[in-house]
Amino acid sequence: MKIKITFVLWLAGCIGFVQAEDMSSALNAGFKSINQVGLDRLEQDPLQAFCSKPREESGDAAVAAELRETAMASVVLPGNGDYLGSWERGQQVANNGKGLQYSDNPEEANGGNCYACHQLDPAEVAYGNLGPSLTNYGARGQSDVMLQYTWTKLWNTHAYNVCSHMPRFGAQGILTEQQLKDVMAFLFDPDSPVNNLAE
Amino acid sequence: MSGSKIISVAACLVAAVMLTGPAYAEEAGIFDEYRAMFGDDNPAIFVIEEGEEFWFASQGPKQATLESCDLGLGPGVVDGAYARLPRYFKDVDRVMDVEARLRFCMQELQGRTPEEVDDHPYSLRGDLGTEMEALVAWLAEKSRDLPIAPGQEHDKEREAYALGEAVFYYRAGPHDFSCATCHGQEGMRIRLQALPDLTTHEGAAVAYSGWPAYRISEGVVRTMGWRMRDCFRQQRFPLLDMGSDVTVALQTYLAVTAAGAPMAAPGLKR
Ligand code: HEC
Ligand code: HEC
Repeated sequence: MKIKITFVLWLAGCIGFVQAEDMSSALNAGFKSINQVGLDRLEQDPLQAFCSKPREESGDAAVAAELRETAMASVVLPGNGDYLGSWERGQQVANNGKGLQYSDNPEEANGGNCYACHQLDPAEVAYGNLGPSLTNYGARGQSDVMLQYTWTKLWNTHAYNVCSHMPRFGAQGILTEQQLKDVMAFLFDPDSPVNNLAE
Repeated sequence: MSGSKIISVAACLVAAVMLTGPAYAEEAGIFDEYRAMFGDDNPAIFVIEEGEEFWFASQGPKQATLESCDLGLGPGVVDGAYARLPRYFKDVDRVMDVEARLRFCMQELQGRTPEEVDDHPYSLRGDLGTEMEALVAWLAEKSRDLPIAPGQEHDKEREAYALGEAVFYYRAGPHDFSCATCHGQEGMRIRLQALPDLTTHEGAAVAYSGWPAYRISEGVVRTMGWRMRDCFRQQRFPLLDMGSDVTVALQTYLAVTAAGAPMAAPGLKR
């Protein structure tokens, strides 16, 4: 395991013609810490390093598999299989784009910013398209498999898609367990506007 | 349309947009209408004039002007200089963008301190605009319609391109974002804001040629350096330093990708 991670770092050490140490010194010299945001934000974990290749070059398949497994193993499922919170609160989380920028108030709860990338409530026209539409997500049913898949996707999306562009809401501490449950309800609850197609 | 009228119409429209709250669709629509209304008029015109005044103003402990500042085409040559940046400067042995070079000239020629020069380079929302913004707007105007042609002959210029490309794809921070997350595919948008694909010539050309720009939503002229800083904020990174190697490298990457397209700045942006 340790050997494999070292290998990943070694592979990531050569980004195009730019050596990792040149990159790291340029970054550290080019930014200042401000408010709650420090220079530690510039450091990469092995997954980020692996997924920083120009033009979607695919990396070593064995390393990718290893990173995917590590991501999967790190997922923390909610206690006593209780996946669903309140869809009303989840709607707020999905709508809120704030959190973790130096311009944000760290005292306030982070948002999930789901609308930046996904269509959800069909009545909301201001949705981005970096990710697929999640409208009518509840139609997939509430089987254990679906609940666990979706929770895992939200906790650490790289468990399924190693270089997914979606943030790791659970693993990176962007959303709390309660917020994740609320977002889950927003996706699955039959009363949620996500699943309410008739206007 | 007189200058003050343009500004007051702008203020009303922005206020109207704010009142409609989260109605993003209306917002996008109203900005398009507003942009169309301007036609060839751009409130940046006043900022351009101000920039020219700053260039010829005696400032700093040396009470000198910027008139002999060498932007790459020789001391005092401003016509066409912006379109050839970023480029390598022998006197400092590094690649510089327009802001890094102006910053250097302010210190060398006028004797101003780095602290003073870096104190407030970009205006806050609703501010009157800064000296840096005005100078950059004027210089960009002096390159209007000229092809974007950053330096790529010197080794350090090619290194800057390679660093810029690597930074563009560098994922880090709590959200794992890189520039490529938001600007690496065609036809993407966040909420309703269209995201140019900056990895293609077409996307980079449209984006690069229009900066510096008058930003309707903020009522000020913004520079490409500010754009880099603000996208890094959205990326959850710390504060990007004006004129740093990182910002110079990113702008080199964008300018080389956009090379050949005509400059059209100061532009008019959302
Ligand atoms: C920066 C972009 C981005 C943000 C923000 C984002 N997502 Fe995603 N999401 C994606 C992308 C891209 C995919 C598809 C690729 C993949 O699966 O990794 C995806 C996939 C998904 C899927 C799997 C869809 C399927 O059909 O299996 C779910 C569920 C999901 N997102 C939910 C959410 C929720 C809920 C939020 C907010 C808390 C959110 N996403 C925020 C980009 C994003
Ligand atoms: C989380 C999303 C996000 C990330 C990450 C991001 N940007 Fe942006 N970028 C945007 C948005 C949204 C806009 C459009 C803003 C507007 O319309 O006012 C934009 C605009 C731009 C523009 C101006 C485009 C134009 O046509 O005028 C450039 C250039 C740019 N970004 C470069 C970058 C670079 C370089 C990086 C990495 C350092 C980056 N962006 C990272 C969201 C992002």
